[in-house]
Amino acid sequence: MDYTGFLANIAILVLSGFIGFAVISKVPNTLHTPLMSGTNAIHGIVVLGALVVLGTAENPGLPLQIISFVAIVFGTVNVIGGFVVTDRMLAMFKTRPTASTDGKN
Amino acid sequence: MDILVYALYIVAFAMFILGLSGLTAPRSAVRGNKIAAAGMAVAFVATLIHIRETGSWLIIIIALIVGVVIGIPPARRVKMTAVPQLVALFNGVGGGTVALIAWGEFIDSDGFTGLHAASGPVLPLVIASLFAAIIGSLSFWGSIVAFLKLQQILPGHPLSVGRLQQPLNAILFLGSVVAAVIVGIGSVGTGADPVWFGAILVVAGVLGVTTVLPIGGADMPVVISLLNALTGLSAAAAGLALNNIAMIVAGMIVGASGTILTNLMAKAMNRSILSIVAGGFGGAKGAAAASSGDQIAKSTSAADAAIKLAYANQVIIVPGYGLAVAQAQHAVKDMAKVLEARGIEVKFAIHPVAGRMPGHMNVLLAEADVSYDAMKEMDDINGEFSRTDVTIVIGANDVTNPAARSDPNSPIFGMPVLNVTESRSVIVLKRSMSSGFAGIENPLFFGENTTMLFGDAKKSVAQVTEELKAL
Repeated sequence: MDYTGFLANIAILVLSGFIGFAVISKVPNTLHTPLMSGTNAIHGIVVLGALVVLGTAENPGLPLQIISFVAIVFGTVNVIGGFVVTDRMLAMFKTRPTASTDGKN
Repeated sequence: MDILVYALYIVAFAMFILGLSGLTAPRSAVRGNKIAAAGMAVAFVATLIHIRETGSWLIIIIALIVGVVIGIPPARRVKMTAVPQLVALFNGVGGGTVALIAWGEFIDSDGFTGLHAASGPVLPLVIASLFAAIIGSLSFWGSIVAFLKLQQILPGHPLSVGRLQQPLNAILFLGSVVAAVIVGIGSVGTGADPVWFGAILVVAGVLGVTTVLPIGGADMPVVISLLNALTGLSAAAAGLALNNIAMIVAGMIVGASGTILTNLMAKAMNRSILSIVAGGFGGAKGAAAASSGDQIAKSTSAADAAIKLAYANQVIIVPGYGLAVAQAQHAVKDMAKVLEARGIEVKFAIHPVAGRMPGHMNVLLAEADVSYDAMKEMDDINGEFSRTDVTIVIGANDVTNPAARSDPNSPIFGMPVLNVTESRSVIVLKRSMSSGFAGIENPLFFGENTTMLFGDAKKSVAQVTEELKAL
């Protein structure tokens, strides 16, 4: 990678930070837990890093293989588990409107 | 082919942003989560295309299968009460992945010396990797401790070494940075001894443990959120080191949003992130305990509570972690229904940090079909207590503690609380007189218009409901 590429990545990094701020700053309290869980699942993207490290290594030795194996397992748990548990949490909000008015005076 | 990979990454992070903005409104949240998950699938396929010539397919496939097999069952079966610790655990393994990636790179590039062979910016990449190693390891071990505390394998109250805590943490932090600098300098020559890289991971890990151990009580959700943000930042750093834009964007968005969320939560408690990380509630515990030493709490029965409720005009229910533990949300909904059938106004007062995570109570009550409109946030409902006949506190403690407003010596003085003492009478449902997660005595229990209904929250609520029906 050359300097231009690196600086472009830094630019992307900075802009992403602003997008993160902008998107999140208007969330109702109610959704904080699902949101935390959802962002938690998204940083499971690190599993890609583990794949790249192992996948681009030429003749990886045993230590690298073991480390990468554990890293891929961890990353997969993070991403799959994160999305599934978020989905379960959000499913509870779905049936809500029907119950909202009964019994209220 | 590389253009295809890059294009797919762009599609993927666009879907992350779209999905996340969906997650900010109840109606679009389910779809938002699915879009983000689909984006993850796209990024995943792109990465597989990128590494298509690898000879390590067997390891990769086995690792993916193992990850799926380990990850799905707990996510599907976990009780809603245990969600916070599960999120902490998932966050921890994410941090662990980042630390391991950095370690893998260190090995693969012979102590980062391999990077020097190529032209371009070497130092920033080495720094990014070392940053990822430190923060990843810190987040992993910190999250494990958070998990153990919330699972009550470790005690929930603050554990610290007292005044030495902050110097100790500072020394550990400096130690991990020094080890990182040694590895960084080594990368210019023949590569540092791998022991130094191990030292980074170990010292940062110990720092994670010693940082989270002294934190207790209502601060716990803030810590999980902070660790979540840190894992995001470390993922972005790892993305820089690996020149992977999907990781940069996703990691940084999580880092930024996690920081905001952490800040919102800390603000809800009138505390700064720094003071939470630096302290815990430990210091002033003695003073708080002494102030209410020999007072006696009045206990009541389900029948008495029911009579009080039956003749109220407005009832506010304050749920807390005890409601989650007892799985009492459906019982509470039933009671609210019975009360509403009698023409009584029922509202739910949700403190921002009630339970173990922000929104924890909302999730539970939504599961029991309590309407959004009935759930009031603290600022909206605090003015209502003076007009309320009966306030029922179900397993909430620290968030109702009047000492936060009146007693400057209280460790939680200044934290915004629900003003339950302003209502005409308060019924506290509690298992025993033990203090809350923060380990602080609550003068509310000894208040003149407070009565205690001891027992399992679910059973107590069901009994009250039965008595109400019989009236």
